Amino acid sequence: MYSDLVMDHFSNPRNVGSIPDADGVGLEGNPVCGDLMKIFIKVDDDRIADIKFQTFGCGAAIATSSMVTEIVKGKTLDEAMKVTNRNVAEALGGLPGPKMHCSNLAADALHKAIEDYRSKKAAKLATI
Amino acid sequence: MQRTVYLDHAATTPVHPKALEAMLPYFSEVYGNPSSIYSVARESRKALDSAREKVADILGCKPNEVIFTSGGSESDNLAIKGAAFAAKSGGNHIITSSVEHHAVLHTCQFLEKFGFEVTYLPVDKYGMVDPADVEKAITDKTILVTIMTANNEIGTINPIADISKVIKKKNKNIVLHTDAVQAAGSLDIQANHLGVDMLSLSAHKFYGPKGVGVLYVRRATPFLPQQQGGGQERNRRAGTENVAGIVGMATALEVAAASIEEYNRHCQSMRDRLTQGLFSKIDHVYLNGHPTQRLPNNANFSFEYVEGESILLNLDMMGVAASSGSACTSASLEPSHVLMAMGVPVELAHGSVRFTIGSKNSAEDIDHVLSVLPDIVQKLRAMSPLAEVR
Repeated sequence: MYSDLVMDHFSNPRNVGSIPDADGVGLEGNPVCGDLMKIFIKVDDDRIADIKFQTFGCGAAIATSSMVTEIVKGKTLDEAMKVTNRNVAEALGGLPGPKMHCSNLAADALHKAIEDYRSKKAAKLATI
Repeated sequence: MQRTVYLDHAATTPVHPKALEAMLPYFSEVYGNPSSIYSVARESRKALDSAREKVADILGCKPNEVIFTSGGSESDNLAIKGAAFAAKSGGNHIITSSVEHHAVLHTCQFLEKFGFEVTYLPVDKYGMVDPADVEKAITDKTILVTIMTANNEIGTINPIADISKVIKKKNKNIVLHTDAVQAAGSLDIQANHLGVDMLSLSAHKFYGPKGVGVLYVRRATPFLPQQQGGGQERNRRAGTENVAGIVGMATALEVAAASIEEYNRHCQSMRDRLTQGLFSKIDHVYLNGHPTQRLPNNANFSFEYVEGESILLNLDMMGVAASSGSACTSASLEPSHVLMAMGVPVELAHGSVRFTIGSKNSAEDIDHVLSVLPDIVQKLRAMSPLAEVR
């Protein structure tokens, strides 16, 4: 069902964990099939300096979460915002049809984390 | 070499060596069509008749009340459609439960398109049907009730004999069918003990071959055949008989019936070893289904904070085969309808794993699971946004 690359990311996920003093946090979930993804980022000089994920979900959910963190670590926020769910699936060598729709929410969670950082930053600037 | 531990016997079972041996002559030596007139065909016919007698003996019924089908799904379809269409002049109401196998549920939903009305009875938190609920649901338009003997996901056993009493007291003409697919080999499936008019069996659940099953139909039950053709099975189900499969099934059923007590004892012992072991090594884990009124080989757990498919993939990497009620493991992308009907919270349904033990599983098999599963759950919980426990 799953490619070797997916199984690798599933068995040896990269960047698992949380960042207590994260600069941005994004939570994305699919209530239908129950997958839930949380992404934490630390931003330095407009780049993703550190990124961690937590996921409740199936093989595809865990693999896509791991892969997205690997893709965007070190990238600028603008570059990271351009990474799509499709990019993540392609990087994994593809996913079974039903899994594309349901589990491939990792990029969405990442974008939410970036938006969270940006809105917090804007709020901070507004108070100066 | 890694140990492989198969714990998904509710999904399917390996063919028993005796059944396989019994089948072999009927592929290339005694291959005649039982309906033909010459001697090699008469041998096939004899084997068919003998198999039918064996099955009838175990069901406590007459041989001509046994119809051979292609399996449990066909038997369920044939029972429900056969009875509903035949009895339609007397009413159009069918009663079933919300935790039936999809072969029953989807057939009932299908019949709703043809003017039938269906009541899907709720179940209690253990997934059991209450005879009082059946009684309350009966109207003067009710023609058929179909309730499973034992549930395939959680193993809960329904009080079919009590349900039968309640129905027959209200209206003797209502047909009672039971899907006994998971019950064979473990429970008493004699038609008169259960008080049923129709009963479905599937060979590959009791160490027989895939693609063959039984529908028991009590004499005088309204029945409209669904597969037309050459008149086989006394005009009730056309198609050249799968003699090898039927012989294999009858042998497997005979073996199973002769060893019910030993099989139950063995499975329960292994199941309890698994359950007690898991509860002692893992926290936030719950047993789904009735604690005692359940099939001796069934253990269905919900592991809080983690998802079923990821547990199964990890188990597979450690050589263990099991199944899950999570949405991600279902073709429809919906969580188990059985667990949802029981009121299990959706996250716990997603985190469910079903282990069903078989005659060949050993204590070493169970211990292997106990040695790998706690670490799997811990690793997945460490990754989970839901877990406070790490």
